[in-house]
Amino acid sequence: MSEYLIKNGFVFDPTQGIKGDKADIAVKDGKIVKSTEISSKAKTIDASGKTVMAGAVEIHAHIAGPKVNEGRNYRPEDKLFTYTPKGAGKRMAGGFSIPTTFKTGYEYARMGYTTAMEAAMPPLFARHVHEEIKDTPIIDEGAYPVFGNNWFVMEYLKNQEIENTAAYISWLLEVTKGVAIKVVNPGGTEAWGWGLNCLTIDDPVPYFDITPAEIVKGLIEANEYLGLPHSVHIHQNSLGNPGNYTVTLDTLKLAEKFKAKNKFGREQVLHSTHLQFHSYGGDNWGNFESKSKEVMDYVNTQKNITVDTGCVTLDETTTMTADGPFEHHLTELNHLKWANVDVELETAAGIVPYVYSPDIKVCEIQWAIGLEIALFTKDHMRTFITTDHPNAGPFIRYPRIIKWLMSAEARKERIDTFKHGAKMIEATHIAGIDRELTLYEIAQMTRAGPAKSLGMANLYGGLAPGMDADVVVYDFNPNTPHKPDDIEKAFSRAAYVMKTGVPVVIDGEVVNNGNKRTIWVHAKVNENPQVMRDIKDKFLRYYSVTQANYDVSKHFVPNPYVIEVDAT
Amino acid sequence: METVTLTIKNQPTLYLEADTITPDNFSGKKASEIAALHAYEGRDQVTLGKYFEVSGEGGATAEDTRIVVKGNVSRVKYIGMKMTAGEILIEDNPDMYTGAWMHGGKLTVKGNVDAFAGIGMKGGEFVIEGNAGNYLGAAYRGDWRGMQGGVIRVKGKAGSDIGYFMNGGTIIVHGNTDVHVGTHMEGGKIIIKGNAPSKVGGQMVGGEIYVYGGIDVMMPGFKYAQDEELEVDGEKGNFSLFHGDTGERHPKRKGQIVYGKLYLRN
Ligand SMILES: [Zn+2]
Repeated sequence: MSEYLIKNGFVFDPTQGIKGDKADIAVKDGKIVKSTEISSKAKTIDASGKTVMAGAVEIHAHIAGPKVNEGRNYRPEDKLFTYTPKGAGKRMAGGFSIPTTFKTGYEYARMGYTTAMEAAMPPLFARHVHEEIKDTPIIDEGAYPVFGNNWFVMEYLKNQEIENTAAYISWLLEVTKGVAIKVVNPGGTEAWGWGLNCLTIDDPVPYFDITPAEIVKGLIEANEYLGLPHSVHIHQNSLGNPGNYTVTLDTLKLAEKFKAKNKFGREQVLHSTHLQFHSYGGDNWGNFESKSKEVMDYVNTQKNITVDTGCVTLDETTTMTADGPFEHHLTELNHLKWANVDVELETAAGIVPYVYSPDIKVCEIQWAIGLEIALFTKDHMRTFITTDHPNAGPFIRYPRIIKWLMSAEARKERIDTFKHGAKMIEATHIAGIDRELTLYEIAQMTRAGPAKSLGMANLYGGLAPGMDADVVVYDFNPNTPHKPDDIEKAFSRAAYVMKTGVPVVIDGEVVNNGNKRTIWVHAKVNENPQVMRDIKDKFLRYYSVTQANYDVSKHFVPNPYVIEVDAT
Repeated sequence: METVTLTIKNQPTLYLEADTITPDNFSGKKASEIAALHAYEGRDQVTLGKYFEVSGEGGATAEDTRIVVKGNVSRVKYIGMKMTAGEILIEDNPDMYTGAWMHGGKLTVKGNVDAFAGIGMKGGEFVIEGNAGNYLGAAYRGDWRGMQGGVIRVKGKAGSDIGYFMNGGTIIVHGNTDVHVGTHMEGGKIIIKGNAPSKVGGQMVGGEIYVYGGIDVMMPGFKYAQDEELEVDGEKGNFSLFHGDTGERHPKRKGQIVYGKLYLRN
């Protein structure tokens, strides 16, 4: 019976509409409870003069699995001079843009993040993903299997077989222990296997004769047919290309005719990830410019859509995506080393190191676009902070992004030291924006918003009684004068972090490895012999492994948290 | 200038990682404070004093500090790592990573150095009176940013993969080298006064390699351009210039393609 009372902090909790009022948070047996429900023996944590929020929720990062590990393998230089030796209850940890699993857990926890989603799980290598998730301490994690270039999906959707698509999705979520439907460059990664790509939503996929638009619409329909907690989660076509914002708007508009149907309180039918990479104007890198305004003007009017930013942090990092053709394009741009992997029948992945330099105009503009997306947002329950870790920068930079969003002075300081500041200002809106986000809006973007979009608002992202006791105290007093750097410092090293009722971080240091859980979604559907036969057939004909060796068996997921969905 | 003398008294069972042996770390410290500096033997943190007798004291700054390392240090790695100023004299044969990521000052080794000496070097002067091992003045594993500046001079011979991903600075080898010289080289200068067997300048984008002796097998991607009379390392000579590696991408400058330059002494 562990009881805690986190006393006198300035609480920011969008789930209850609390905007910095002084309040106490009571915890009993891993859950938030009413203050009257705990005894006088509760341990008191003094949060006076400090900011209190729920544990933050990461909606999109690449932190576990074969692609991440290939990055670690082929970038030993990313680890150089980063290692810290083991300590009491702590493993040796290191790496910068592709940290070890242990460092991943420690660093998220130290910033007050208590839940994270791995954004691209190749189904065939789901076991590897779960092995790494298991070895990532403290934080709850789930993973999105990738579907957008999957042979089953393309064949079913070509014939508009939504029920079969849904049955296949249900099967795949169960065998891979996955959370949601991820789509990466729909059709384009498969086309890449034929030396082609899909750069608009109407480019047909070779052989399958289906378009990206049809794949996205079909998957949205199947997602709502199943009533999954999260919506379709899309990395759009034509990522990273000048002028791609029209493709982005075309894709977002596909969501208009659908309605969310689920029991989790989720309102959107499409989550569009790392929007920064998809909000580009111009038609080459010379006249490259921001189209964040055009994209956000549309997003602001559509309750059917949630987005995350994919902010460029201006670091040396490692890009990695299931968008194979994009990574090839990138290595031809920067001439740095390239790794590419094909995942039979399902997907592919590419990896290229990238240096986002404040001396390069394009990088400066990318930096601006990421922040503009957040600053142009009207409803911060629908726009979330990400760096598409590690693609636009490492997740450890979230506190710096929060600083830039909360302080026009910090943005100006950054712009003033850019090499091409004047040209960057011409191609973007950032210099004309004086908006400064509030801590409440930051709590929406990093807690309540992503939790709601994931359909996990009953568990995560808030401090209402009944929710998981993921509580964070930051040494930041919103009511006293401060410098922009104080924001970054406070959010980098939380004063106190509790994960499901267990104190895991004190004064910025990890003190406990917590009770890490793996979240997955069990979607029950009617028996579907045709799909089961198709699966058996594909394994016999094409897969290099047998069906019996495909399933992520229980020992890979030792502490599961299963979200049940009934679509029968 | 103050001199600190380190004399090895106990050999480590495993290898000793002693990157604290630099003028930067020793300056402003007395012998007892130097003896208390940390090093690693395997996973155990140890002190320099466990292995070395320390005499003398550091100068006020790194620049005013000279370190003399005496005795058998063949199990000691990372001496002089990241040093920015001052001097180190190693009288015997140190192990790997000697002078790695060196920024400045002067590092002299009387004997031989093992692999990865002077990797990622940015500046300063590094003299090896004996032989050097593999990956001399190379990039760290995986990195595409190798040696950036400074001078490495080897009086004896050198191993394979020297100047791998070199971007700047100079490596001079008075004797022969092993295979793979200046692979992926983008800048800087490698001068080999002896022979280099093969794989010289593979995937070279820019920079200069001089070979005074012979190359047994030339890379197929090099094309003869012209003969040139040049002064190299203080002496005049006649060289045949080859452009390469033509199998690699090359930048253009003022409308002209920039190649790596391989000079063979006639
Ligand atoms: Zn991503």
